[in-house]
Amino acid sequence: MTNQLKTGQKALNMNDSSMHSNTDRIKKSLKKRNSKEKRFRLWGRLAISFGFLMVAILFADIGTKAYPAFFQHWIKVDIEFNRQWLSIEPSDSAVRPDMQALKQANYSATVKKSLYQMFPSITARGDKRDLMKLLSYSAEFKIEDLVTANPDLLGQRVSLWLLADDDVDSYFKSDFTAGQSSGRINDKQAMWLKQLFDSGAVEKRFNTLFFTNSDSREPELAGIRGALSGTILTMIIVLAISFPIGVSAALYLEEFAPKNRWTDMIEVNINNLAAVPSIVFGLLGLAVLINIFGLPRSASLVGGIVLSLMTLPTIIIASRASIKAVPNSIREAAIGLGASDMQVTLEHVLPMAMPGILTGTIIGLAQALGETAPLLMIGMVAFIVDVPTNFTDAATVMPVQIYLWADSPESAFLAKTSAAILVLLAFLLIMNFSATFLRSKFEKNGQ
Amino acid sequence: MTSTALILIITLLTLGSYWVGMQRSIKVAGGVSQIKNMHSLPQQFGLLTAFCCGLPALFLLLLWGIVEPIIIQSLLVDSLDAQVQALSSADLSLYLNDIRIMADSTLSELSNDGVKQQAALYLQVLKDQASILKSGLILITALASVMFIASRFKLSFSARALSESVTKFLFLSCSVVAIFTTLGILMSVLFESLQFFKSVSSLDFLFGTTWSPQIAMRSDQVGSSGAFGAVPLFAGTMLISFIAMTIAAPVGLLTAIYLSQYASPTLRTIAKPMLEILAGIPTVVYGFFAALTVAPFIRDTGEALGLNVASESALAAGIVMGVMIIPFVSSLSDDALNAVPKALKEGSLAMGATESETIKKILLPAALPGIIGAMLLAVSRAIGETMIVVMAAGMAANLTANPLAAVTTVTVQIVTLLTGDQEFDSPKTLAAFALGLMLFVTTLLLNVIALKVVRKYREQYD
Repeated sequence: MTNQLKTGQKALNMNDSSMHSNTDRIKKSLKKRNSKEKRFRLWGRLAISFGFLMVAILFADIGTKAYPAFFQHWIKVDIEFNRQWLSIEPSDSAVRPDMQALKQANYSATVKKSLYQMFPSITARGDKRDLMKLLSYSAEFKIEDLVTANPDLLGQRVSLWLLADDDVDSYFKSDFTAGQSSGRINDKQAMWLKQLFDSGAVEKRFNTLFFTNSDSREPELAGIRGALSGTILTMIIVLAISFPIGVSAALYLEEFAPKNRWTDMIEVNINNLAAVPSIVFGLLGLAVLINIFGLPRSASLVGGIVLSLMTLPTIIIASRASIKAVPNSIREAAIGLGASDMQVTLEHVLPMAMPGILTGTIIGLAQALGETAPLLMIGMVAFIVDVPTNFTDAATVMPVQIYLWADSPESAFLAKTSAAILVLLAFLLIMNFSATFLRSKFEKNGQ
Repeated sequence: MTSTALILIITLLTLGSYWVGMQRSIKVAGGVSQIKNMHSLPQQFGLLTAFCCGLPALFLLLLWGIVEPIIIQSLLVDSLDAQVQALSSADLSLYLNDIRIMADSTLSELSNDGVKQQAALYLQVLKDQASILKSGLILITALASVMFIASRFKLSFSARALSESVTKFLFLSCSVVAIFTTLGILMSVLFESLQFFKSVSSLDFLFGTTWSPQIAMRSDQVGSSGAFGAVPLFAGTMLISFIAMTIAAPVGLLTAIYLSQYASPTLRTIAKPMLEILAGIPTVVYGFFAALTVAPFIRDTGEALGLNVASESALAAGIVMGVMIIPFVSSLSDDALNAVPKALKEGSLAMGATESETIKKILLPAALPGIIGAMLLAVSRAIGETMIVVMAAGMAANLTANPLAAVTTVTVQIVTLLTGDQEFDSPKTLAAFALGLMLFVTTLLLNVIALKVVRKYREQYD
């Protein structure tokens, strides 16, 4: 009884001041709600900054790692083209040796002995070997080229700039002024290098070999030319296959296809194909193109076909969107003037949709350019020294080259890998920017 | 004549026949001024002629490429001794391979086996004959069909309708390429998997917990049986995808919400390209970043905290994969959020809800199916991702849920099993295709469900 009374009174009180307390409650909660709002925005900002941070870290990391790869150290060595060292017969200086003799001459001994001459104090065998390790093994090929081009050099003494070994190169790129051992350079080598440096026989140059050489086991000689040519050949195939097929398919689906189950099936199929993992396309290439059709392994032809199949959905979807965006009045006007369906499509719809189609194609090509996994399946991971010139030559592409170098134990390849990544990213950025540019231009025209 | 040269010649002939068709039609009309009497324009006649030249020739070339090796091989086998013919199919293919290599190489002293040398010579002759025959047949077909079609030209000839239906047919066949690709994938993966399941039971594969795909050289060697239990691979894939999604899902979703609801136009014009850059970075670059920057960082941090971190931890691969998927999640969620009718949002704001309340209680529930679809697609992306895990996740098939341990994934094992030297029929190679089948089926299922969810949801508001 008393209880009921009490609650009744309470209710009365509440009712009395309800106007008041509701505003109070709302006011009170407003503060909380506003702080929640602020917190939510903060989370959003944090998420975006995380993205920015990641882009920044990624580029800074790769950039700093890549920087050293663009420079190389060269060492000046006085090479004596001594006939005895070269073991050229006859040793008589009056007789001009023929090409055969020059080809068979002992150039590595010449480099060795010339180098020993520069450091006459070194006599122990181990030290001599260490001394030879300062130079890249390409030195002997360089002097061979010089001598075969100009046999008059025989018997002369010439100062030549020779490429330093990659260990020496990374030593010079670190803090070397103390002349102390570090990395794979021992104390003695460090001393000799300091001597050379002080006498001005060491020079830092821009690394042109990186762009003109193909892959090599020696980091100081490895370059991206082979991978670049492979990439270009593969991309030609991708463009030649995926662009015409993709655009034709999009035109058919948008302009001609009847609305039936068959068309639906094609559509669903294309959408699903766009999300199939790229490595599965590699399995297709291996099982069908290589094992059934017998196309050559590691060839850019096979790589190009696999990548085309992979990029087709991207191109078709983008082209369809672009074709769909062409206003219907264009079609109706053309039909009204007596054009056939095909004429409407090819002469009016296609040109208007072209910018959008090109944007989609560039994006698809950029995707193909950065793809690695399916190419591993079809054997494009081989170590390839020759620059591929034909679609059936064994080739490798930039991303695979990056993968191969990243796997390599030699520390000097770290910088090479990063530098190759920078080159690849530069290509991709150019492609993406041109796609965005095309798109914005297209949007302006459409308005 | 090589195929490349032949294709080049066919292309030139096709271009030429376009011109021939045009000239011929003008002549039939009786001069340029009389074109108006023709049913179709000269260009359409030209196009039709070009089709008649190029298409049959290319078709024949393709057909020849498929049939020629079979015929040559059977001719070659017939020419060999009965003794050789009686060899088992594997030995016979080895024998034939030797002959092929000898025929291709210019060194005649590669082998002192006189029978093989003779066979190689015979093969060379066969190939030469086939090449001449092929070129001749194809060129004659092309020219004959051009002559035939040109002879049929008259005023009422409807070249336009004909050439257009051929074009349309070409368009149709291009759109069917996608279906053939899917079929090809399915067939190649399925066929090899079936062969694999002949030697390894499918239950062992699906539920076995040991993965060590070795094939014994001798039967008495240690671990000669080779274990193909794929559970550790599935677990590893799940673990890494889970880590990736715990990063990508919140960050991607929040990014999409902030960019579509709060951000100023300036921020949007900066942030959108930033996301595009993240999306455009090749996976091999992410893999390099994961293996050489993130993994050592995590290992050092873990050691500083007294934790035992493997040098190739699941965490490193997962985090980097998460970063890779962020733009994917955010752009799909963005689409889902934008598809919600404006009236819902404005109604909620008019009722006095704050913006975050509107987003949490109105927008997100309304866009939920689309967002779930986006997440499913992102998971399928994470499962199929290869390069990051190949470079950063390691090969050890551990069955563990510890993100600091090294795990391996389905894609890593496919790459390991199929790179390098391989014989095509060993269970080791075939296992890769079985794994590929699992991968294909899983991602396909995820996609189908995701697309269904998204499509069903879109119909509600349209």
